[in-house]
Amino acid sequence: MDTRLSEEDLAFQTEVRQFLKEAWDEKLAATCNNRATMKEGVVEWQKRLYHKGWMAPHWPVEHGGTHWSVTQSFIYNSERAAAGAPEAVAFGVTMVASVIIAYGSDEQKAKFLPRILKSEDWWCQGYSEPGAGSDLASLKTRADREGDEYVINGSKIWTTYAQYADWIFCLVRTDSSGRKQEGITFLLMDMKTPGITVRPIITIDGFHHLNEVFFDNVRVPIENRIGEEGKGWTYAKSLLVQERLSIAEVADSKRGLSQLREEARREVNGGKSLLDNPLFAKRLADVEIDLMALEYTELRALASIAEGNEPGPESSLLKLQGTEIQQAIQELRMDVAAYYSGTLQGDLSAEELGHNFADGAQKLYFRGRAASIYGGSNEVQKNITAKYVLGL
Amino acid sequence: MNFNLSEEQGQIRDSIARFVAENYAFDQRNAVVAMEHGFSAEHWQQFAELGWLSIPFAEEQGGFGGGPVDTMVLMQEFGRGLVAEPYLATVLLFGGLLQAGGSPEMQDEYLPRIIAGELQGAFAYLERQSRYEMTDILTRAQLKGDEWILNGEKTVVLNGGAAQKLIVAARSSGEQDDETGITLFVVDTGSAGIERIVFRMTDGQEAANIAFKDVIAEAVVGAVGDGYALMTPVVDGARLAICANALGAMEALNAQTLEYCKTREQFGVAIGSFQALQHRMVDMFGACENVKSLLYRAVCAAQENSADARRSLLALKVMTGRAGRLIGGEAIQLHGGMGMTDELSVGFYVKCLMIINTLFGDADYHQQLFSEHVNAPAR
Repeated sequence: MDTRLSEEDLAFQTEVRQFLKEAWDEKLAATCNNRATMKEGVVEWQKRLYHKGWMAPHWPVEHGGTHWSVTQSFIYNSERAAAGAPEAVAFGVTMVASVIIAYGSDEQKAKFLPRILKSEDWWCQGYSEPGAGSDLASLKTRADREGDEYVINGSKIWTTYAQYADWIFCLVRTDSSGRKQEGITFLLMDMKTPGITVRPIITIDGFHHLNEVFFDNVRVPIENRIGEEGKGWTYAKSLLVQERLSIAEVADSKRGLSQLREEARREVNGGKSLLDNPLFAKRLADVEIDLMALEYTELRALASIAEGNEPGPESSLLKLQGTEIQQAIQELRMDVAAYYSGTLQGDLSAEELGHNFADGAQKLYFRGRAASIYGGSNEVQKNITAKYVLGL
Repeated sequence: MNFNLSEEQGQIRDSIARFVAENYAFDQRNAVVAMEHGFSAEHWQQFAELGWLSIPFAEEQGGFGGGPVDTMVLMQEFGRGLVAEPYLATVLLFGGLLQAGGSPEMQDEYLPRIIAGELQGAFAYLERQSRYEMTDILTRAQLKGDEWILNGEKTVVLNGGAAQKLIVAARSSGEQDDETGITLFVVDTGSAGIERIVFRMTDGQEAANIAFKDVIAEAVVGAVGDGYALMTPVVDGARLAICANALGAMEALNAQTLEYCKTREQFGVAIGSFQALQHRMVDMFGACENVKSLLYRAVCAAQENSADARRSLLALKVMTGRAGRLIGGEAIQLHGGMGMTDELSVGFYVKCLMIINTLFGDADYHQQLFSEHVNAPAR
């Protein structure tokens, strides 16, 4: 057992800090944090990562990966989060790319991976349907083969950032005769294909992240199919593991927690800092202790993957605990903000409103409720853990 | 970054697992606990022969020169098997304090005897009023001529019945709660003026309340008045060790509960097929993983003397207490009526976890220390 940083690791840490200091500036942060310019900001950030060679650390080196050790990935991610910089949007570089790398043809790799690496394509995920949520395999969007094309009819829902997307990866049904997990095919579609329409869904945080995507006789060439027809469920499951690993967001929660502590320190109620309120201090410590544990559960999982073990069902526990921690931090943040958690800042300055950090506490809380629902609800994660980890 | 055991550590683990398999079946353990002092002298000799009693001691003292990871491996396996022999009291506390602060003569006299399994010891630090504050000490030590004379009472001294020698924390100066002015003394339990009231704890181990009336101490351990500084790192090491012990017990308890739910049938099916029970078992599994992660974190931080060491240790003790309650309570519940009986080891594991929660301060106590530590303004 050894968690010390080597000379090499320390040099890497210095390099990461230096890069972040140069590449993640206040102007870019402002662009990313403004919802009107979010896409532009994120793409610019990802291009800076690409120029540094750090856009896709987890990919094989021949496609543009970095071959970082577990420790280096941990260092990068901790430093990135501490600086407040976002992760690259997962749908392309983490999710669809992992499927293309594992199961795609050489032509697909050559066509899609470089464009993902350079952030030339924005991807979205077509998994859930109005009738297929937690029971994802019951999806009904149909793909009928006609010559060298599939003809797609149906709809997908909860499609995050579909309004920005150039491409969508979809699970579609090519056969309904067998078990519901069979007959599912994994397709890549150009969002500009005739017959695709996107309807915005405004969520309880007041934002437009989500959409419903409709497919009306959409014609997709068969070379856009990943792997074999009818094997999509197997490919999709490997992607779900990646998705869950990326949802835990341990490093970002660490930053959220330390900001929360400083905000609470400055809040004074009846002459006493909120940090000296034993009820608040207790809840803050509960979250911090859980997070300290989760940080090492994740490191243990990553160290095991680095030794050649497959990432497996333990990712469900990370998703479950990681999202519970995120939500607990959001609740505490609302409590720290007190009355101001309910104010809408709009175009007012913090000075005019009377508080400098409260804006969005409630919005973040409402947005955060999604975390225990998406990526497979937390109850589904418990079912998966019971079945595949505990053997029940 | 790696969380693997060395080959040597793997051997320690395997040899204890073998010992447990051969000597610690349910009936065998009951027989051990029923013996005088709640453990087997024969086992203790075996521990000596297998080298387990030497693990934390330095090589120049005849020890194995082990670190926190070695102790963790050993205590985790002991916990898995509910091993009753007083390793914590004699080796980690009594021996650990002598190693940390004893004079070379004292170390030469005692450590080889501990390693050979010839000497039982205990650390007497608690008093009736002290609850979890290790500085709350009223027992007085007065220097008369060149002898230290002790008066007062120490309570719930683990292994206090079997111990031939004690290390007693007494106040040589200062007020009741002062950190300074505490001195550690070696005392022979056969000394004139000692009265012992011996009793059992719920987990089967023996403890004693020990009254001192004008008792002459054999020797001072460390510097006079500096006992608190001397005992703190030793007790911190013991905290890690008992959390490892608890983890082993939790793993065993989870495995046993899982097995029961897979085989016990009601309504014509295994009760483990019910989602309400499955989710509870996932919570038990998650709690156990949390303890394991914090244990690895705290043990590595201690081994590497990192800045995160104190925060990790406090978090670990909190989590161990809370997870122990959750896992223990759920294990009884999922075993149904059988969980209420003394015919399964479930209850014995739960008692072990309950005792560990109280040792050196419970989860609430450590959570308060944790908050004070992490909320202190950055310097």
